[in-house]
Amino acid sequence: MNSEAIIGLEIHQQLDTKKLFCSCDSTLVDLEGLTFTRRLRPTQSELGDVDRAALAEAEKRMKFNYQAPRGVSCLVEADEEPPHDANRDAIEIGLTIASLLNAAPVDEIHFMRKIVIDGSNTTGFQRTALIALDGSIEINNKRISIPTICLEEDAARKIEIKTGEVTYRLDRLGIPLIEIATGPELHTPEEVKIAAQKIGSVLRATKRVKRGIGTIREDLNISIPGGARVEIKGVQELRMLPIYVSKEIERQKMLLEISEILRSRSVPEVTPHFFDCTEIFRNTRSKIVRSSISSGGKVLVLPLKGFAGVLKSADNRFRLGAELAQYARSKGAGGIFHTDELPGYGIDEVMVATVRKTLGLEENDAFVMCADLPTKVERILEAVALRANYALIGVPEETRDPLPDGTTAYSRPLPGAARMYPETDVKPITVDVELITRIRERLPELPESKVKRFVSQYGIHEQQAEQIIREGFEEIFEEIASKWGLGSIAAKTLLNTFPELEREGVGVYSIDDARIKELFQALYDNRFAKEALPDILRLIAKGIPLEKTIEDLGLKTISMDEAVAIIERIVEQRREFIEERKMNAMGPLMGEVMSQLRGKIDGKIASELLRKAIARIIGD
Amino acid sequence: MSYSAKVLSLLENCGATEGDRIIVETGQKKMEGILMPHHSFSNPDVIILKLGNGYNVGIRVSDSTRVRLIEKAISKSMKRSEYAPQIERKTISVIGTGGTIASYVDYRTGAVHPALMADELVSAVPEISEICNVRAEVLFSIFSENMTVQRWQALAEAVADKLGEGVEGCIIPHGTDTMGYTAAALSFMFESLPRPVILVGAQRSSDRPSSDAYTNLIAAARFAVESDVAEICVLMHESPSDTSALIHRGTKVRKMHTSRRDAFKSINAWPIARIHFEGGIEYLSDYRKKNGNRVILKKEMEENVALLYFFPGMSVSKFENILREHRGIVIAGSGLGHVSSDMVHSIARAIRSGTTVVMTSQCLYGRTNLNVYDTGRDLLAAGVIPGEDMLPETAYVKLMWVLAHAASEKDIESMMRENLRGEISQRRELDE
Repeated sequence: MNSEAIIGLEIHQQLDTKKLFCSCDSTLVDLEGLTFTRRLRPTQSELGDVDRAALAEAEKRMKFNYQAPRGVSCLVEADEEPPHDANRDAIEIGLTIASLLNAAPVDEIHFMRKIVIDGSNTTGFQRTALIALDGSIEINNKRISIPTICLEEDAARKIEIKTGEVTYRLDRLGIPLIEIATGPELHTPEEVKIAAQKIGSVLRATKRVKRGIGTIREDLNISIPGGARVEIKGVQELRMLPIYVSKEIERQKMLLEISEILRSRSVPEVTPHFFDCTEIFRNTRSKIVRSSISSGGKVLVLPLKGFAGVLKSADNRFRLGAELAQYARSKGAGGIFHTDELPGYGIDEVMVATVRKTLGLEENDAFVMCADLPTKVERILEAVALRANYALIGVPEETRDPLPDGTTAYSRPLPGAARMYPETDVKPITVDVELITRIRERLPELPESKVKRFVSQYGIHEQQAEQIIREGFEEIFEEIASKWGLGSIAAKTLLNTFPELEREGVGVYSIDDARIKELFQALYDNRFAKEALPDILRLIAKGIPLEKTIEDLGLKTISMDEAVAIIERIVEQRREFIEERKMNAMGPLMGEVMSQLRGKIDGKIASELLRKAIARIIGD
Repeated sequence: MSYSAKVLSLLENCGATEGDRIIVETGQKKMEGILMPHHSFSNPDVIILKLGNGYNVGIRVSDSTRVRLIEKAISKSMKRSEYAPQIERKTISVIGTGGTIASYVDYRTGAVHPALMADELVSAVPEISEICNVRAEVLFSIFSENMTVQRWQALAEAVADKLGEGVEGCIIPHGTDTMGYTAAALSFMFESLPRPVILVGAQRSSDRPSSDAYTNLIAAARFAVESDVAEICVLMHESPSDTSALIHRGTKVRKMHTSRRDAFKSINAWPIARIHFEGGIEYLSDYRKKNGNRVILKKEMEENVALLYFFPGMSVSKFENILREHRGIVIAGSGLGHVSSDMVHSIARAIRSGTTVVMTSQCLYGRTNLNVYDTGRDLLAAGVIPGEDMLPETAYVKLMWVLAHAASEKDIESMMRENLRGEISQRRELDE
């Protein structure tokens, strides 16, 4: 069934240059800087369609606060100065990536204004240009098309959301992003992962892309047969992609099953008709409901005829209730209760029964209740009713936010067709033969040739080299391998120790490159032995400085004489055992030796010393 | 740059014009999209297409390129909301001079169309109909750098007509570059003004969601209706925030930044008022109040006047004739109002031959004073009129008006030194 899913992947990668339309540094800072306040007004289109008007109504009252830190924002980000010429570096890197992805560059690049009025762009639009078309990658001997490659500016960073007010920081606004979209040709979580890794390795090959969390963001478009296009926007962790995909496929399947059940029960359309049941719940033990009533709120109930058992089934297979709750939350609700989870949360059976009786609900019927301010609670339940009606049809098209546990939550309806018009303040950029020739002559080393070079230059296995590049370790690996000759230890650590520790729950992947380099420098300086690496990583992942880690673990390496002395002492104590077992005593004694010398001296050396010591006794 | 002959003939041969759907084919490469207007910086051999995904791309045409017309553009008429004036509301006249104070974007072609008539304006800025009734007309459609004395005069007549019809005030959307000059010109031309005239501009064009055009226009309508000020004023943002606008006196305002929303500043004066976008008007200085007097328009101007900016090394021989050939000259001098001693002699000769010379300062802030240094004293002795704390641009406009209206030579000097329209202030305090 998985294979029938249709998935498109969109990758947004920050480039490591100055900003796209000014010469600000493209780094994120912890400063607020000066602040100012704006509102955005959707400009009228000639066609003036209805939903746009509704949108205008909705957005009209929004207030946007902007923080403009020095050095990383200027008048251009504040929309107080026209954009400068597009950054040449960014354009050339973009065209380099396009070339590596076998795409055809356009002859002249035209920047567009894509209308975005959520405040994330001070202008009210994002500047974006299509720079190349018809690229492709190959995965599992299958061609995956990359119809478009765009160069665009990143949006401002959301700092705080309050009712009717959003605060953004301008440090991220204007950082060049390359946007790579695959065709809807991926079908499994595994394919998505491989495609993302492949594109990621091409991006990193340029050595001109930003690294670290938040510098690459992925959007997924997923639909299953009978389902609908759902966009999961802004995945930051590549390793989570397959999880989001498989969970979304499951979710859509669940929704289809629910719609079948509802159809088989001939469930009628849900009417947004609410019943004030405040009196019934006045004395509930639920603190949330009680405090809401006492602060002037009321409890409204929305009956859902025929929905019993699909809001939350006993086996937890059906979870429509969670979807209803997400719509409720988008209207500012703290939460809702539904009958599949009641009695519970301080709401007792009598109250539920009273509501059922008052509203004349039958066994197969459910209801949703919400306690909130009178003005708000109706809007909340209207959203719930809307979502309940989608359940009759199946999967609603929507944009969802990825959550850290691999699930997603509703964020907003899918945006309509982008409204774009030319950015007349930015000159068109001619992509001539000379430029393309120069770019093609200077193409960076491709991932495939890097694999071969790593194998021959640093003596690691081909599979290791492939995995290093796939997982994005090529830069740190090469630095460790070339600087300190620790290639195979680095490969083993990055490819084996890291996943092992991750499974233990150690956050190794968030350790930054500088600390990893520091670690290998210390290993090279013989500050500890390689056997101590897992123990050290466990601690530095928690943010403990390397020096302190070495000290705390008692890892100060010892001299050869000291090591010999310790081994001699062990061997003397076990003399009888050795005389009996001869060289076979090696194994059991090694354990004892390492328990005293682990991390203080290289295991191989310890083993060699032990062998000599045993030989001496046998030879006596 | 426009299209090359090659592109022109390709387009002509298939009958394609802007907005049509076409296919451009070169060898294996085939692209379909809507033909877009040619960009002035585009390569002449490049055709710009808007693709199905909304992006524009440039396609270079070669000798083997073929162009096919797929579909002619369908013109769509703009949806307008019905506009019905309401009796209980006051009426404001909006007199357009250029620029797009409100506009519609055609996302299909990217074209930006200005809202020209009252009904278009109201459907683009519906808030305005809750404040007042609107009578809108477009007088000119020019960039403000192309403003002329004749156009100031035509504008002043249009304003006088509208005020004569009894409107509560006039709002003049104006390009920002020379808005200060126009404000000064109107200030001198109206000897009696019963109700306000508000020039309003925008530093971000109205096709953008972040445009300041709408907030400024709405604030202008509110100010015309709610306040009792009857002056020629300029209204623009107070800061980069969309929170308030300032009302500046037309003779004291100058564009002080090329691009910021708060580019306009009152120089050597407090603004008249602050308008909070969320409601409320704060008055910051004295002003002339609305009154029942008749409009008196004196629009004559002496056009043979020039504005000179002094610089070190200014060549006397090059400017000698300019000084002499003009009926009036305003100089933006250095510091307190100085020029080189060579220039002093040249100015003295020009004055003797009948030129009126007024001295202002390129410092902009502060008052000229020709008593402090020798150069100044020499200029005074030569007959130069000190421009007090007038802006050079205001002094220039004023001199044109004074030369057309002074009864005698002596009157010229006294009128130039007298505060006629709030252009000269007697005292300035430390906190300004």
